[in-house]
Amino acid sequence: MAGFVLILAAAVFFPGVILRTKSIASGRKGPGVMQPLRDIIVLIKKGSVFSRTTGLIFRVAPAVSLATVICAMLLVPFAEQKALVSFEGDFILFSYLLALGRFFMIIAALDTGSSFEGMGASREALFSLIVEPAFFILLATFAMFTGYTSFSDIFSHFFISGNDYVLVYSIIGAYLFIQTAMVENSRLPVDDPKTHLELTMIHEVMILDYSGFDKALIHIGTYLKFALYGSLIYNMVVPAEWNTFLQAGLFFIVQAVFAVIIGLTESFRARNKMNKNPKFILTLSAIAWIAFVVVLILTDKLV
Amino acid sequence: MLNSILFPILLVLSLLIFFIPRPVKYFFTLILLVTGIALTTSWSIRLMTGSEQVLEIPLFVTAAGSALNLVIDRLSAFFIIVINFTVFTGFLYARGYLAPYYLSKSPLRFSIHYFSYIWLWLSMLMVVMIHDGLFFLIVWEIMALSSFFLVTFDAEERDIMKTGISYLIQMHAGMFFILVAFLLVFKATGQMNFEALKDYYAVNRNLPLFMLFFIGFAIKAGFIPLHTWLPEAHPAALSHVSGVMSGVMIKMGIYGILRVLIPMQSDLLATGVIILVVSLISGVMGVMMAIAQHDLKRLLAYHSIENIGIIGAGIGLGVIGLALNNQVLTLLGFSGGLLHVLNHSLFKSLLFFSAGSVYQSTHTRNIERMGGLMKKMPWTAMLFLTGALAISGLPPFNGFISEYLIYLGMFKSLPGASLSNSILILGSVVGLSLIGGLAIFCFTKAFGIVFLGEARSANAAGAAEVKKSMIIPQILIVAFIMLIGLGSPLAVKPVFDIVAWTTGLSNQVVPAGYFAPGLQGISIIGGVFVMLLSSLLIYRRYHLRRKEITEGPTWGCGYTAITPRQQYTATSFIYNYNHIARPVLGTRKKMEEIGENEIFPGRRTFVSHSDDVFRKVLIDRPVDLISGLLKKIAVMQTGQIRHYILYAFVFMLSVLLLAILNII
Repeated sequence: MAGFVLILAAAVFFPGVILRTKSIASGRKGPGVMQPLRDIIVLIKKGSVFSRTTGLIFRVAPAVSLATVICAMLLVPFAEQKALVSFEGDFILFSYLLALGRFFMIIAALDTGSSFEGMGASREALFSLIVEPAFFILLATFAMFTGYTSFSDIFSHFFISGNDYVLVYSIIGAYLFIQTAMVENSRLPVDDPKTHLELTMIHEVMILDYSGFDKALIHIGTYLKFALYGSLIYNMVVPAEWNTFLQAGLFFIVQAVFAVIIGLTESFRARNKMNKNPKFILTLSAIAWIAFVVVLILTDKLV
Repeated sequence: MLNSILFPILLVLSLLIFFIPRPVKYFFTLILLVTGIALTTSWSIRLMTGSEQVLEIPLFVTAAGSALNLVIDRLSAFFIIVINFTVFTGFLYARGYLAPYYLSKSPLRFSIHYFSYIWLWLSMLMVVMIHDGLFFLIVWEIMALSSFFLVTFDAEERDIMKTGISYLIQMHAGMFFILVAFLLVFKATGQMNFEALKDYYAVNRNLPLFMLFFIGFAIKAGFIPLHTWLPEAHPAALSHVSGVMSGVMIKMGIYGILRVLIPMQSDLLATGVIILVVSLISGVMGVMMAIAQHDLKRLLAYHSIENIGIIGAGIGLGVIGLALNNQVLTLLGFSGGLLHVLNHSLFKSLLFFSAGSVYQSTHTRNIERMGGLMKKMPWTAMLFLTGALAISGLPPFNGFISEYLIYLGMFKSLPGASLSNSILILGSVVGLSLIGGLAIFCFTKAFGIVFLGEARSANAAGAAEVKKSMIIPQILIVAFIMLIGLGSPLAVKPVFDIVAWTTGLSNQVVPAGYFAPGLQGISIIGGVFVMLLSSLLIYRRYHLRRKEITEGPTWGCGYTAITPRQQYTATSFIYNYNHIARPVLGTRKKMEEIGENEIFPGRRTFVSHSDDVFRKVLIDRPVDLISGLLKKIAVMQTGQIRHYILYAFVFMLSVLLLAILNII
C-alpha cells in the first residue's frame, strides 16, 4: 500500500522537478514545480476536439493506457512491505501490462489516419519492441542471483546475500532501468518531447490530435510511469531492511535525483539521429548481458 | 453400447451428404457434427472428471478377429475438446461465408466440401484416438486428403490447384518419415503401435527414432524450416477451413510429437534442446516474416508458425525438465505448451474468421487496399481486435496465461541451472520476449491499417458488416478467450492434471495448488483492470457531456487537402523495421534510378518484395539445381530413334565389358 501511495505522491512532483532542472540549467526563470499539475487541471476543464476520421479506439486508448499503468503500480513493492499484489513472475505481468497500454496508444495513432501519427506509431512500436529483451534479461539475472521470481521477493533478498558485488549490478540495474524508462517515456536521447517538428517526434506526434480530458489522462499516465520506474530504481539501490521512515525520505530523494538526471540529460544532450536509435537501444540489452555474466561468475557457474 | 455403435454410424452416414437435396445439405452436415461432437466430448469429459485411466471403445472388428479400439487417455481427451470446439464454430461460421458461392459452384462441389469437412474432423478425432500404427497412418492420410479437397474448393483458379498439389506432396513427404519410423519400431519389437515405442526406446537409441517422427510431425505442425506449405495453403483455403487447419489441424503434429516423446527414456536433454532451439527459431522467424506480409491471411499463416514455436518452446522446456529431473520446469513447460495449443486454436480461428469476414465484404486480402473498416464493420473489428490482443500475449486475454507459464518455468529454473543451461534458458527468455514485442508490432500494423483511418480503395469504402450468423460463433470464441484470460486458475487446473498424468509427475512433488497464487494474482489484476477501465470510461462519458465537443479534420500540419492515399501504409509502417531485418528477410527493391541528365523523367514503377528465406534456400535453390542438372542430361533425349538404339548398344556393350572384367 505504502508503495502505491508513494508513487502517486512522487508523480505529483516528478515532472515539475524535471522542468525546474531544465530551466535552471538553461538560465531561465521558468515555471514552478507544480506547473505540470496546473496544466493537467486546465486540460481537464477544457472541451475536446475530435478528428472526424477517429472512432472508438481513439477515444478509449488514453483510459486503457492509464488503467494499465495504475495496475502495474499495484505490483511494485516498497521497502520490506510486499506489493499489493505479489506473486511468482509478477514482473512478466508488469511488462505485458505496459505493453497493452502501448498497443492501444499505437493503434489510436493509426486511427487518426494522419501520416505523421502513423510515423510516430511505427517508431514507437519498433523501439519498444527492441527495448523489451533488456528488461527481461535484467529480471532473469536477478531471479538467478536471488533465487526468487517476484518483485517483492527479489528486492527484499537483493542485499541480504552480503556479497560486495551486489553494488556492481545494483548500479548496472539502476542504469538500465533509467535508460528503459527514458525509452518507455520517450525522453532524450531516444526522443525529444520538446521538438517542434512533427517529422522528428515519436511520442508527441502520436498524441497530436488529443485534446482536453483525454490528453490529461495521457499526461497523468506518463507522470505515473516515471514515478513507477523511479520506485523500481529506488528498490534497486536502497536495501529493503533499512528503517521504514528513513526509507520514505530516501524514496523522494531517489525520485528527485532521477528527475534531475532526466532534466540535466535533456539540457545538455541532443537527440540521437533517428536511425541510430535501434543501435542505442540494443546496447541496453548488451549491458544486461554483462550483468548476466557477472552473476554467472558470482554464482560460481562460470570460471 | 450406444458409444461403440454411434461412431461407425457417423462414418457411414456422412456418405449421405452426396444424395440429399442442396438446401438441407448444410443442416444435415450440422446434425452429424453436433451428434459426433456431443458423443466424443462426453467421452473426454467422462475421462477428465472420472477416475478411469483410459477409455477403450471398439470401432470395428477385423476379419482376423482382432478389434480396432479407439483409445482415449487424458492427452487425447484434451485434443478432442480442442478439435470439437473449433470445428463446431468453424462450421457455424461457414454458413454465411459459403452463401456467396451458391451461385457459382455446383451442388457436387458443395457436397465434396461438406464431406471433406466432416472427414477432416473425423480423421483428426481418430488421429488422437487410434494407437495402432497402421490405422494411425491411414487416418493421418485421410486427414491430408480431406484437407487437400478443402483447400482446392476454388480450384478454377490455377494458383490454388498448384498450391493444393504442393500441399499434398509435402504432407506425403512428412508421412513417409512417420511410416519409416513406425517400420523401424515394427522391425525391432514386432509391433506397430504407440505402446510398442516404450519397448523400442528401452533397448535402442532414442534420439534417431524420435528425430524421424519429429520431422514427419513437424511438417504438419509447420516448424521452420519445414513450414513451406503453410503460408501457401492457408490463404488459398476458405476462411473457415483456414481457421480449422491453423487452429487445430497443425496441432495434430504437436499431438504426434507429444505421443512419441512421452515414452522416451534416454537422450532427453538433447531432444529437449533440439525442440527448444527449433521452436525458438520458428517463433522468432515466423513473426518476423509475418510482419513483412501484406496479404492478411498469409500474415496470419506466418503467425501460426510463430505460435507453433511458442508451443514447441513450452514442450522443449518440459523435456529439459524431464531430463534434469526438474519437476517444476516439466510441469510449467508442458502445461504452458499444451494450454497454448488450446489458446491458439481459439484466437487463431477467431482471427481467420474475422479476416474472412473482411475478405467477404471487401473482396481483397491486400491490406494496403483496406482502411477505415471499423466504422463499416464494428463487430468484425472488435472481434479481430480481441484476437489480435490475445495472440500478442497481452493480459487479460488467454494468450498471456500460456506465455506466463512458459516464462515462469524459465525463470524458476534459472537459479539451479548449469552454465550451458543458464545461457540456453536466458536465450529462450530473450526469444520469447522478442516474439511478444514483434507480435505487437505486427498486429498493431494489421489492425491499424485494415480497420482504422480512412478507406484506401473503393472496395474498402463500400464494405458492410457481415451476417449475424457469422458473428455469433466468433462471439462464442471470445467468451472462451476471456474466460481463460480472467479465470485462469480454473482453466489451468485441468491442464496441470493432464500434464501430471501424462508425464507421470507425482502430486507430492508438485502439489495441485502450487501455482494457483500466481494465476490468482493475474486474475485479480485482470479484474482490477477491467473495473478501473470501465469506471474511467464511464466517468469520461459523464465528464465530456458537460464540455464543449467539436469535430474537425485530423491535424495535417497546416496542409488542408489531405486524401486517404496520404495515410501511412503497411509498407511505410514497417519501413524502419525492414531496414533492420533486411539480412533476415532479404527484402529487395526493384526500381530505376532517375538519370542525371534526364530532365523530364518518364513513367516508372517501384516494386519491393520480401522472400521466405528458408523456402528459397532449402527448397527453391536445390530444386532449381536439380532441374537444371536434369535439363542438361535431357540433351540425350533427341527424339531420333537411331540415337536411342545407340544408347542401348552402348549399354549392352558396357554390361558385356563389365562382365568380362569380372566387375559385376
